[in-house]
Amino acid sequence: MSMDRRQFLKIAGSSTFLATIGIGAGWILSKPGDFLEASQFSQTKELLNAKQWAMVVDTRKFKTEEDYKKVVDACHRIHNVPNFDNPKDEVKWIWTDTYKHAFPGQENEFMPEQMKHKPFVLLCNHCENPPCVRVCPTKATFKRKDGITMQDLHRCIGCRYCMAACPFGARSFNYRDPRPFIKEPNPEYPSRMIGVVEKCTFCEERLAKGQMPACVEASNGALVFGDIADPKSEIRKILETNYTIRRKAELGTRPSVYYILEIPTSDISGGDSNA
Amino acid sequence: MYNGGKILLGIIVFVLFAAFPFYNNIGKVSAKPEPKLDTPVIQQLAEKKCVESKEFMKAEHMQLLNDWRDSAIREGKRIYVNSEGKEFRISLQNTCMNCHSNKKEFCDKCHNYAAVKPYCWTCHIEPKEKKS
Repeated sequence: MSMDRRQFLKIAGSSTFLATIGIGAGWILSKPGDFLEASQFSQTKELLNAKQWAMVVDTRKFKTEEDYKKVVDACHRIHNVPNFDNPKDEVKWIWTDTYKHAFPGQENEFMPEQMKHKPFVLLCNHCENPPCVRVCPTKATFKRKDGITMQDLHRCIGCRYCMAACPFGARSFNYRDPRPFIKEPNPEYPSRMIGVVEKCTFCEERLAKGQMPACVEASNGALVFGDIADPKSEIRKILETNYTIRRKAELGTRPSVYYILEIPTSDISGGDSNA
Repeated sequence: MYNGGKILLGIIVFVLFAAFPFYNNIGKVSAKPEPKLDTPVIQQLAEKKCVESKEFMKAEHMQLLNDWRDSAIREGKRIYVNSEGKEFRISLQNTCMNCHSNKKEFCDKCHNYAAVKPYCWTCHIEPKEKKS
């Protein structure tokens, strides 16, 4: 059979056309039914909402070792944070460190001795301008509408860019499988797996149930949590009536955790005569 | 053809080797997986129904779980309204596994049969089961 150019083009053109329709129809038919489209997602009714969640740490109310321990334990217990014996493998959501390490550059040699050695409660600052979010190549860590710097551990590939970017050391990498190191796993919350980075989430799963973060609840008022964008909130009143500092505010990440420091009045009363 | 015999023999050996799984399993029927639904929580349900119909869950539960995951974590929306307007709290550990507390008899039955290994349980904590 011989075929001229014109016939060939006709056949080629019409078969391409039919194939396109076929593929298109197949694609439309293969889409899932309207099951999923009829359903929808919504927020829980109890959800506590905010524009920017923030926390005030009233360091004056942390007096005994027990005060620190109950806050840290409350968090680590409900979030299945493992306890490795080797400090190199440490995973932490909320922890303590000295003034020198918490506020580097602001320490000075002759500060009150009690301040030098006092532990400070540290946690993720949920920065308004978070560098960890900017560097994450998979958008596993992201900023929620309520200001929480959240992580989607399903997406974390363990590159640890966020750990390098975070100036506060708030992120921990799971160098080992954490499961065997969780003493009493909380069956209501997942653990993590080897090879992902984790940190504090401001207890977003508790906020969804209308509860305050676990550390705040355990702190007896030493930690105050609230919406910093709401002028009527308790946290704003505390910030307006107390002098507070933030960790490394000069870096411009706009941290959302504020610290009220203890001013040892007895030591400075001499110079404070007009107060 | 040079070395024809060797080549033919080689081809026959290769085909026999490559087709081993097929003729080895001819006539053997693996039991159809039947996930068990008789957990205490399900027994007490007035209407024994999952969040969507059985047929839908069979075919699309993986897609549904992905949608639940994205909604809960990325959008912070933790309530699922199903096609009948009923609301469910989105949580693998607290909602799915509350009813299906028999992971070995439910999830694993089909997943093992189909040789799929979803990595849910590297992080999510499975319900405690009696070792059988």
